[in-house]
Amino acid sequence: MKTLLEIEGVSKSFGSVIANEDISLTVREGEILALLGENGAGKSTLVKAVFGLVKPDTGTIKINGTVMESGDTAAAIASGVGMVHQHFQLVPVMSVTENMILGDEPKKFGVVNIKQAKKEALALSEKYGLEVDPDAIIEDLPVGMAQRVEILKALRRDVKLLILDEPTAVLTPQETDELLEVLRNLAKRGVGILFITHKLREVMAVADRIAVLRGGKLMGTTTPKESSESKLAQMMVGREVVLRVEKSVAKPKEVLLSIKNLRVNDDRKLESVRDLSLEVHAGEILGIAGVEGNGQRELVEAICSMRSRLSGEVVVKGKAIPNLNPRAAHLAGVSHIPEDREKHGLVTSYSIADNLVLNRFDQAPFANGWIRNLEEVASNGEALVEKFDIRAPNASLSAGSLSGGNKQKVVVARELSQQLDVVVAAQPTRGVDVGSIEFIHNQLIAARDAGAAVLLVSAELDEILSLADRIAVISNGKIVAIFSSKEADRNTIGRLMAGLAS
Amino acid sequence: MKLRTSHYLIIAFLAAFTYFYSKDGLVATSVLYTAIQFALPLALAAMVGVMCERTGVVNIGIEGTMLISAFTAFFAGAILKNTVQGMLVGVFTGAMMGLLLALMAVNWKMDQIIAGVIINILAAGITSFYYRQNYSIPSTLDPIDLPVIGAWPILGPVLSFHGPITYFGIFFILGLWFALYKTSWGLRSRAVGEHPSSADTAGVSVSRLRYLNVTAAGAVGGLAGSYLALEAVGIFERGFTAGKGFTALAIMIFGRWNPLGALAAALFFGLTQAVTNQLMIDEVVEIPPQFINMLPYILTIVVLAISAGKVRPPAAEGIPYEKEKS
Repeated sequence: MKTLLEIEGVSKSFGSVIANEDISLTVREGEILALLGENGAGKSTLVKAVFGLVKPDTGTIKINGTVMESGDTAAAIASGVGMVHQHFQLVPVMSVTENMILGDEPKKFGVVNIKQAKKEALALSEKYGLEVDPDAIIEDLPVGMAQRVEILKALRRDVKLLILDEPTAVLTPQETDELLEVLRNLAKRGVGILFITHKLREVMAVADRIAVLRGGKLMGTTTPKESSESKLAQMMVGREVVLRVEKSVAKPKEVLLSIKNLRVNDDRKLESVRDLSLEVHAGEILGIAGVEGNGQRELVEAICSMRSRLSGEVVVKGKAIPNLNPRAAHLAGVSHIPEDREKHGLVTSYSIADNLVLNRFDQAPFANGWIRNLEEVASNGEALVEKFDIRAPNASLSAGSLSGGNKQKVVVARELSQQLDVVVAAQPTRGVDVGSIEFIHNQLIAARDAGAAVLLVSAELDEILSLADRIAVISNGKIVAIFSSKEADRNTIGRLMAGLAS
Repeated sequence: MKLRTSHYLIIAFLAAFTYFYSKDGLVATSVLYTAIQFALPLALAAMVGVMCERTGVVNIGIEGTMLISAFTAFFAGAILKNTVQGMLVGVFTGAMMGLLLALMAVNWKMDQIIAGVIINILAAGITSFYYRQNYSIPSTLDPIDLPVIGAWPILGPVLSFHGPITYFGIFFILGLWFALYKTSWGLRSRAVGEHPSSADTAGVSVSRLRYLNVTAAGAVGGLAGSYLALEAVGIFERGFTAGKGFTALAIMIFGRWNPLGALAAALFFGLTQAVTNQLMIDEVVEIPPQFINMLPYILTIVVLAISAGKVRPPAAEGIPYEKEKS
């Protein structure tokens, strides 16, 4: 097989931070190379250098044997490099076709030939088995579908090397499986694929070769056969990582959170939580397993009083939580680790210290009456940064400057450093690297052992299976079964999640 | 919603027209003729907004652009004793104002509202300070008697005998609509205004397109200013544009950032003003002229109150584009 991409001795630093240090790698035709590493290991910088978005300080990048001028995106595109960005580069209000042709439009006398473009789009989606409606508007599409458009957009420009920057971070498990299948098919057609991720399971499933980055350095390359998930995790993090969560047996006590006949609408005003009842005891983790979009988000938001309840009630420590009053829920003892940390968890332009008191800035000791006690806020910030291992030089930096994993740690630190009664954790480790996942898991178990009732919602069945003491399966807005962790069986739960009777 | 709004406008128009036409055909057609004259500078000024905001640059300096262009157009025309040359100077002045806005908004990544305010203050200051009395242009731009169309019943006297900027302006607006929705320039411009990084990664230069469009829009603003000074009235006064540049922003929003929508909205504004004027002349209703002068502003408030929340501006407007740093 021909070598498509040769990276030779590439180094790049931003100020005093070394992002890449003397990295050499190759990708061959029809090969899937997984680039594995924690957040901030330098994966994105490396692929951006290949795509010409970043100028390396030293080293050369050859595509098809030709040395690329550094920092020239147009030349990279011309020589057959395509990139699927982590944040989709699609115009939300435009159609699939318009997005695919943007920047390289088929023209007739200066007028865009939209008919021909549509034909091209259809032909392309047929050729690669990536079904999309060329007239659909991007913002109406589910995430997985939008990603297809990104891939098709790259394929239209006749790619030989396709770079995907954490493509599965935003996908549901089903969409992830479909994407991996697409990648396999592309590789069969001779496309070289450079695939960035920090999810070990995907790497093992799809990669031909695996390159591991840590702290900007290449730790080595291996293959799925020669390796195992735990070995890879160790290469990534630099120490042994316990993938299997270790925890003692739960000692459940009284009921702290009880949900009675809850009914909630989703954003489209369709009933998505249907007459749901559930109890969570002090000292246990109840995991909610389910395919995303089966009412989990609405359930969580209704418990935290962020979404209006049609009927039913949420009772914390024997006290009913009023409807649509998140502050009352918080004061009643509900800690909430939201699904979307950027939207509901943090004010990214505020400092880390301010974010750490976001739900109690007006209470003693962080305020005396109307006056904030900034010294107390700062010292609380420094203490939590230390205790929760938030990787930041100091707590006065803006929360937006942190990596995804550390942002999540800020949310977790705030929510778990208060009086713990009920903890509602929605997708607490989504988009978070292996080292931080381990840390967050341990914090949730510590909360449980401290006597909190923990409700864990996750799209990752593995996370539920390893953390939860009891597992409730949600399907179509209803709890269809509850298992103790001992009886839980992957296959049975999977079938129930899919809406099939067990 | 879109259909219903335009239906109301058409019904209002037909009702008013039938009323006047049954009373006096000559007056009715002259009201429509005046409506086009009132509407044109607003429509052109709204195009300035459309061209800028579609590529993601907010331009609240339209008022200033028009004012200073009217000023230079008039005095250049008076000094050179040539109205057409005056108009060219006006258009050039507008383009320079556009270039200034592009410099502030694209290069310096300034807050675009502040950049627009700077243009307005600059224009108000310069035109007041250098204003001189006793200048006059040789003549206003000559109206054109349209062949064939001019002889049509009813429509003939409405459409014919406007000045050259009016006819050019209408064709320009139609052309802009076509360009915006049918050409690759339009597709790219809209993409830059909605989601600039997608355009950038597809090999479209965001800053070049913003520069081009904002500068060209400035020239259109210059044309609108020249129209006021050289085609409509043939004089220049301090504060001559009287808020038309701001009304144009309301028209742009009412027209949903669509050139044809904005043209329709401008005609509606123009018609309202023409009808009220006629009512005053006929002394059908006795309204103090101060109230008549308030009309554009009241209408602006009403229109914005109606359309607020229902329209969706280009997503990236007002946000300076920065390539990802790492």
